[in-house]
Amino acid sequence: MALETKIYQKENNTNIAKLLKDSIKDIYNSRFLSKQLAVRDIKAQYRQSFLGIIWAFITPLTTAFVWIFLNLTGTIRLTDTGIPYPVYAFSGTLLWSIIKEAIDAPMSSTTAAKGLLSKINFPKEALLVSGIYKLLFNSLVKIIILLVFLVVFGVGFHSSLLLFPFAFLGAILFGTTIGLFITPIGMLYNDIKKIISLGLGFLMYATPVVYAIPKEGLMKTLMELNPFTPIISTTRAFIVGQSPEYLAYYGWVLAVCIPLLVVGLLLYRISIPILVERMSA
Amino acid sequence: MKENEVLVKVEHLSKKFCKDLKTSLWYGVKDLYSNVLGNTQPRNLRPKEFWAVKDINFELRRGECLGLIGHNGAGKSTLLKILNGLINPDEGKVTIKGRVGALIELGAGFNPILSGRENIYNNGAILGFTRKEIDTKVEAIIDFAEIREFIDMPVQNYSSGMKVRLGFAVAAQLEPDVLLIDEVLAVGDLGFVLKCYKTIDKILPRTAIIFVSHSMPMVSRICNQIILLDNGTTKFQDKDVSKAIDLYYTRFVQNESNLLFTDETLELNEVKLLDCNKNSDNLYQLNWLDDLKIYFRFKLKKSIKNIPIFAIVILDKEQRPAAYLDLNNDFSNLEIKNNFIEFVVKHNKVQFSKGVYSVDIVVKREKTKNVYLRQNNILSFQIKHDLDIFPPFLLTSDFQKV
Repeated sequence: MALETKIYQKENNTNIAKLLKDSIKDIYNSRFLSKQLAVRDIKAQYRQSFLGIIWAFITPLTTAFVWIFLNLTGTIRLTDTGIPYPVYAFSGTLLWSIIKEAIDAPMSSTTAAKGLLSKINFPKEALLVSGIYKLLFNSLVKIIILLVFLVVFGVGFHSSLLLFPFAFLGAILFGTTIGLFITPIGMLYNDIKKIISLGLGFLMYATPVVYAIPKEGLMKTLMELNPFTPIISTTRAFIVGQSPEYLAYYGWVLAVCIPLLVVGLLLYRISIPILVERMSA
Repeated sequence: MKENEVLVKVEHLSKKFCKDLKTSLWYGVKDLYSNVLGNTQPRNLRPKEFWAVKDINFELRRGECLGLIGHNGAGKSTLLKILNGLINPDEGKVTIKGRVGALIELGAGFNPILSGRENIYNNGAILGFTRKEIDTKVEAIIDFAEIREFIDMPVQNYSSGMKVRLGFAVAAQLEPDVLLIDEVLAVGDLGFVLKCYKTIDKILPRTAIIFVSHSMPMVSRICNQIILLDNGTTKFQDKDVSKAIDLYYTRFVQNESNLLFTDETLELNEVKLLDCNKNSDNLYQLNWLDDLKIYFRFKLKKSIKNIPIFAIVILDKEQRPAAYLDLNNDFSNLEIKNNFIEFVVKHNKVQFSKGVYSVDIVVKREKTKNVYLRQNNILSFQIKHDLDIFPPFLLTSDFQKV
C-alpha cells in the first residue's frame, strides 16, 4: 500500500476543488468521531444535571409565556396572527432558539475543543458536525413540546407538517452558514460572541417571532427585508398549516446559503491552523 | 516497502511567533485575510515578532529515532506542532509519509464526568480509530492500563497517573509510520514508564520516531540522531548522540555556588582542584584515572572545640548524587590555625565516566547531626575520556583468558 504523503508549507493550497474534496472527505471519514463527540457532550451534560432535558426547552418556553401573559392580560395589543397566540408565540421562540443555537454551534464547538486543537491533529470538520448533532438532539425535544402545543390548542396536524423537517433543516443550514463565517474572527476576539448575542437580541424584535408583521410602517419594511423573516415565517406556516407568505424570498435565502456554506467550510479549514497558532500556549 | 525509505523530510523550516497578545490577535486577523487569498509572499518579521524556529533541516528514515533536545522555549514543541500539522510553517517545507501518531497529550478528549470505558471511545475516536477497531481493542486497552477495577468509574476520580495510563494504553494501539513523542511519559510511576519504553522499543523498528525530552538517559537510550535547539536554531545536529548530550549539559553548568544553610560558625573561604588545568570556560579538566585533589580553606567565625566533619558529595551531570568521599576522622590530623581550617582531600585514580560533575559540601559537628554549613555546587570539574557512556562510573577492568 502506498503511503499517504502530507506536505506542510507556508503556501496554502488555493485549489478550491481540492480543498473542498479534502473537506468533504474529512467529514465523511470522521463520522464516528463527530458522533462520539456529540454523544460524549450530551451524556456528560445530562449526567451532571438534575433537571436534565428540561434545560433544552425552558428558555424559549419562558419567553413565549411572557408574551402569552402580556397578550392575555391586554398589556400589549398585537395584530391577529390567524392561529391561537400561544402556538404562534411558542413556535416563534422555538424556531428562533434553534436558529440562534445553529449560529452559535460552530464557534462554541470549536472553542470547547481549543485544548484538543493545539495538541492533536484530527479532522476539524468533526467539531462542526458534532455541533449539528447536538443541535438536532436539543431541537428534537423542543419539537415534541411544540407538537403537544398543536394538539392542546386545537390547531391539529396538517399535511404541510410533512414539509416541516425540510424547513427545519433549512433553518439549521441558514444558522450554520452564518456561524461558520463568524467563527474565524470570533475565535480570535471574544467581542464577536458578545456582539452576535446582543445583535440577535435586537433582531428578534425585527422578526415575526412573538408578533406578526404589522400592516404598514417602517417596522413592516424592516421585517420584510430581514432574512430571518422568511425562515421563521415559512417554517411556522408549514407547522400550523397556513400558506407561507414569503416563499420566494425563502427560496432565495436558502439558494444563497448553499454556496455560502461551502465557502464557510473552506474558510474554516484554512483558518484553523492560524487560530491554533494564535491561541495555543 | 523499502526498509530505509525517508518518512520525514524537513527543509529550511521556520516559524515566527509574536510576543504581544493584542498584536498577535491582530496579526491573526491579517493572516486570516491573506491566507484565504493564498499568501505566497516571503514572510518577514513584523514588529514584536521573533523566530521561534529557524531554518531546521533533517531527514528521518523508518527505524530511526531523532531526539530533539534544548532548554525550555528552544522551539522543540513548536517544531513538533508543525510536524503534526497543527500549525503551518512560515518558511520551508515538511514532507511526511504515512500515518502520523502523536504522543503529545495523553487522554485527549476525556470527559471527566464519563467513565473510563466511555472515555476509551472518546479518546480512540480522536486518535482516528473506528468504532469497530475500538470494540476489538477495548479489552487489551483496559489490561494494558491495568485499571480494570476502576474502568466504570468517572475519570474525574482517577489519579493523574491513572489518567495517563489509560491515555497511553489507547495511544499504544496506534500503528503509526511516524511517531511524535513529547514529554508525556514523565508522569506515571516507574513501572508504567518502563512499560511505555518497552512499547516504544517494540514499534521503533517499523517507525520513524521524533522524541522531545529533557531526560538525557532516555534520549541516549532510544535516539540515534540528535538536534540540539537553542533559541529556535539548530546548535548541533549529528548522529553523535553523546556529544550532543554533553553540549546540552554544558549549557546548564552553573558557576554559582549556592549556600543552603549556615549557622554562622564557619564559612567556605576557598576551594580549588590542585594539579589540574582549566579549559576556556573556566572548568577544571581531569583525565580518567587522574588523582582528584580538592583543596579547602574554611574561616571560623566562632570558636569551636573539635574539628568538624566534612561530608563531600559528588553529583553527576543530572544532579544525581553519584558518590561520597569518605569522611574525615580523628586520624585525619586536621587542625585549626588562626581561625582557619585548611586541608586537601585526595581521591586516587578517579573512575568517573566522561562528563561534568559538581561538588556539594556539608560541614557538621558530629557525623549525623548539628550542621554548621551546607553549600551546593562549590566546584565543578570535567572528566575526559574517549568512551561515551551514560552511567556515572567507568570502572577499571581486567579481562583475562580462562
